[in-house]
Amino acid sequence: MNVLRPGSVREALGMLADEPTAIPLAGGTDLLVHWPANHAGRDATYLDLGRPGELRAHHWTDKALVLGGTTTYWDVIRDPRSARDLPLLVDAARQVGSVQIQARGTWAGNIANGSPAADGVPVLMAYDAVVVVQSERGVEEILLSEFYLGYKDMRLAGDQLIREIRVPLAARTGQRFEKVGSRRAQAIAKVGLATSHSEDGWRVVAASLAPTVRRCPSVEALFDSDGAAGSVEDVEAALAADVSPIDDIRSTAEYRLRVAARLLFFGNA
Amino acid sequence: MAKLTGRELYVDDLPSADHLWGATVRSPSPRGRITAVEFDPSIDWSEFVIVTADDIPGRNAVFLMEYDQPALADGYVRHVHEPVVLLAHPSRDIVRRAAALVTVRVELEAPVLDFCAVPEAGGIQHGTDNVLKHILIEKGDIEAALAAAPIVVEGEYFTGSQEHVYLETQGMRAHVDGDVLVIQGSMQCPYYVVKALVPLLDRDEAGIRVIQTATGGGFGGKEEYPSMIAAHAALLSLKSGRPVKLIYDRWEDLAVTTKRHPSRVRHRTGVDSDGRLLAQDIEIVLDGGAYVTLSPVVLSRAVIHAGGPYACDAVRIDGRAMLTNSAPFGAFRGFGAPQAFFGLERHMDVVAARLAMDPAAFRRVNLIRDGQQTGTSQTISDGADRLEVLDTALAACRWGTRREQIRRHNESHPLAKRGLGLAVFHHGAGFTGNGEVMLQSVVHVAATPRGGVEVRAASVEMGQGTTTIFTQLAAERLGLDPDTVEVAQPDTHRVPDSGPSVASRTAMVVGYLVEQACDDLRRRLGLTDAARGDAVAEAIRTWYAAPGQEELVGEATYLQPSHVEWDEETYRGDAYGAFAWAAYVAEVEVDLKTYSTRVTDFVAVQEIGRVLNQTLATGQIQGGVAQGIGWALLEDFSWRDGAMQNCQLTNYIIPTSDDLPPIRVEFLETPYSHGAQGAKGIGELPMDGPGPAIANAVAHALGVPAVAIPLTPERLMAEHDGLAAREAS
Repeated sequence: MNVLRPGSVREALGMLADEPTAIPLAGGTDLLVHWPANHAGRDATYLDLGRPGELRAHHWTDKALVLGGTTTYWDVIRDPRSARDLPLLVDAARQVGSVQIQARGTWAGNIANGSPAADGVPVLMAYDAVVVVQSERGVEEILLSEFYLGYKDMRLAGDQLIREIRVPLAARTGQRFEKVGSRRAQAIAKVGLATSHSEDGWRVVAASLAPTVRRCPSVEALFDSDGAAGSVEDVEAALAADVSPIDDIRSTAEYRLRVAARLLFFGNA
Repeated sequence: MAKLTGRELYVDDLPSADHLWGATVRSPSPRGRITAVEFDPSIDWSEFVIVTADDIPGRNAVFLMEYDQPALADGYVRHVHEPVVLLAHPSRDIVRRAAALVTVRVELEAPVLDFCAVPEAGGIQHGTDNVLKHILIEKGDIEAALAAAPIVVEGEYFTGSQEHVYLETQGMRAHVDGDVLVIQGSMQCPYYVVKALVPLLDRDEAGIRVIQTATGGGFGGKEEYPSMIAAHAALLSLKSGRPVKLIYDRWEDLAVTTKRHPSRVRHRTGVDSDGRLLAQDIEIVLDGGAYVTLSPVVLSRAVIHAGGPYACDAVRIDGRAMLTNSAPFGAFRGFGAPQAFFGLERHMDVVAARLAMDPAAFRRVNLIRDGQQTGTSQTISDGADRLEVLDTALAACRWGTRREQIRRHNESHPLAKRGLGLAVFHHGAGFTGNGEVMLQSVVHVAATPRGGVEVRAASVEMGQGTTTIFTQLAAERLGLDPDTVEVAQPDTHRVPDSGPSVASRTAMVVGYLVEQACDDLRRRLGLTDAARGDAVAEAIRTWYAAPGQEELVGEATYLQPSHVEWDEETYRGDAYGAFAWAAYVAEVEVDLKTYSTRVTDFVAVQEIGRVLNQTLATGQIQGGVAQGIGWALLEDFSWRDGAMQNCQLTNYIIPTSDDLPPIRVEFLETPYSHGAQGAKGIGELPMDGPGPAIANAVAHALGVPAVAIPLTPERLMAEHDGLAAREAS
């Protein structure tokens, strides 16, 4: 494997401009999962983001939490303000793998990996997070809920890096994160849900129920229209219009849809 | 201590200069003739050592019970992942990539994948009916007893497979030292490897030396399969003339090595209205996979335990192990008994429900009392109080009170249902019937010059505590300081064949031989049996003080206890010299939002003769219960063409510590005269109870059938919502 080791963001962007097939590498936790069987991955070129210190730090403005391109889950868990102002970030971060994974894995990596079963992406999306991407061509801001185009397909060109993620602060009157894994810890989500409610209305985000993590407009409309949905069957019908779960190695489409509906209904009942 | 500090060397860690890395090219198809093996022309294959079936000097079979399983497929494959070609190269990375560039072409024939279906004519691959082994146990007149029984209850039960998930994946290193082929690796049974290599390589035992390296868990998974890997490493090393390491990564280990036999168990049970068992008609079918391997003996243990620890005058147990085109299923802690007990003990709750009896009370009526007989007509008279085992478990969980509390809880909690389930069972320790006589196990205890001893046996330490137990037994027998007792690393050119490290036999059978060998040593020193401690150490030092004195070794060979009589033809008699007896209770809570089940409390009570080491014994029970919880609730397989698809620990789900309840362990002790210090085997016992106890608890919580495990949330959702739909209509 070839590894490029830029010392700064500027240098990293230059390298990516020259070699846009290089794969940005932060915590490496997604790469390692498939490494033993990933023969092609051994021939790839990686852009190691471990050195540019300016990517790591997160900071708070009066309107938002700004996560750096290599801010880890653990960085957020350790910041006492997170649990107070954006508690779902902490809830989700603590559900990621093990403590070791939380210490290495990054929020931007979670977004760029594009897994439909991501733990970090649903809560960011439920908070209306904005992805700030940068290349030598300039800076672009994209709403996370509009970032994905399809399975592992996203609005991130080969020469672009996720520079930061802006998570707006807002007065939220309800927020929940639910992850159903195959066991209580160190599991990949069979169903993931993040919901929040503010004056802008409901945000309902589903993971492991479609090719991408995505908002569920029909369920949001149902919740917005009557606060508490009438029955679990109503929620399941609305959800079915929003998502397209599949049978795979971890679960079944039927289970995913029904359990998501039950969690949404009984969680908000 | 070496393990604790990370200094221990497992086979993959062995320093090895100038060695090659091996890799295995496997069949992509479940069944058919090999039409071609294609080597990708983009690679320079002259850099590689390549071994095929043509390179095998002796008979192409990994011998254990039969010669039917080839070490390398020779023109025909019977399961996906069957080994076809071996490669070796100095680079581990290159050899792995190269293995993916060899293509095995197979003219596919219809595989047999359902072990319960009657095979079609074109699917017959063993005998006339694909039955690898058939066993029938009969006692009394079953048809008459069923006809006369006022109540007959039928049931059908299924168990899934299970992977061992030892922490250390399998691996072997082979090299040639002069005239001797040396095999080092992770294994439970060094002499099994020798016996498999002798016909394969056409060498005698003197030309094969097998050394067990530190073994990171086995659970049965390193009973027979290491012989296959050793065969492959040996063939590569013999052809190349260089040391070869063949180490499986987790994916390969999960995909290709043996697993627990899937089963279907059917019961037809006659009872009277007082709950007395009048007839037990039991049928067991196991999925054996593509070759015989150990399936006949796994089936044997299943049928022998199938009637449970209950007295019943009319019993028929009909067992079959069936060939399918899956990778062979093999030894796994419990060895057929967990499957049999899942069917039996889940069924006991079903029968109790039909009788409107408390499940514990129903079992109490039928539990074997001293003087009564098991299904194989073995008279039990060991003095153990089986009622006390049951009562101790019921008291620990406050059975009656708790069932009532749970009933009230469930009335007021529509989304969180609790249940309490019981399983009562037994487990025979050591080889079945005359098996121990056939093994003729030998143990040596050698005096060491500084006045201590070295225990020499082929029984391995694999995390279960063999080293500690043997040290303790020898030290206590001779009154020596444990620091002066050593346990030899199993090495077939240095230790005698004390048999395989399986069947809950190491502490009970081999440990007893350690004691006998200590006694023999003492006699050879000219001491009386009363001599202990300093007297023994001094006598040893005196022995070695004489110049040129030869090594002094005490020896013991297994002798069948006189009370054991077994008829292999009729499967009647004393199946085991001793049984451990147990009653387990699981409490569960099922979350009806997600249909997931959490075990919230677990009580494990067992009578095991004598507790040799409280810490180790408790650890064995807790570990076995944890493994049983995984089998009952989590460990599910995605199969395609008989091959496992979910070959990573991210999608083959075993419990974490957070998935486990407090596991409350209690021991009762009634010493067994032919076990070390009175001990009976316990290694496998704890695997038998959790499956049915948990399924019974889930059935208690939800009223669902719970007749198949694992009870994954997906399966429970189907059962629960199906039940709700039927009730609504």
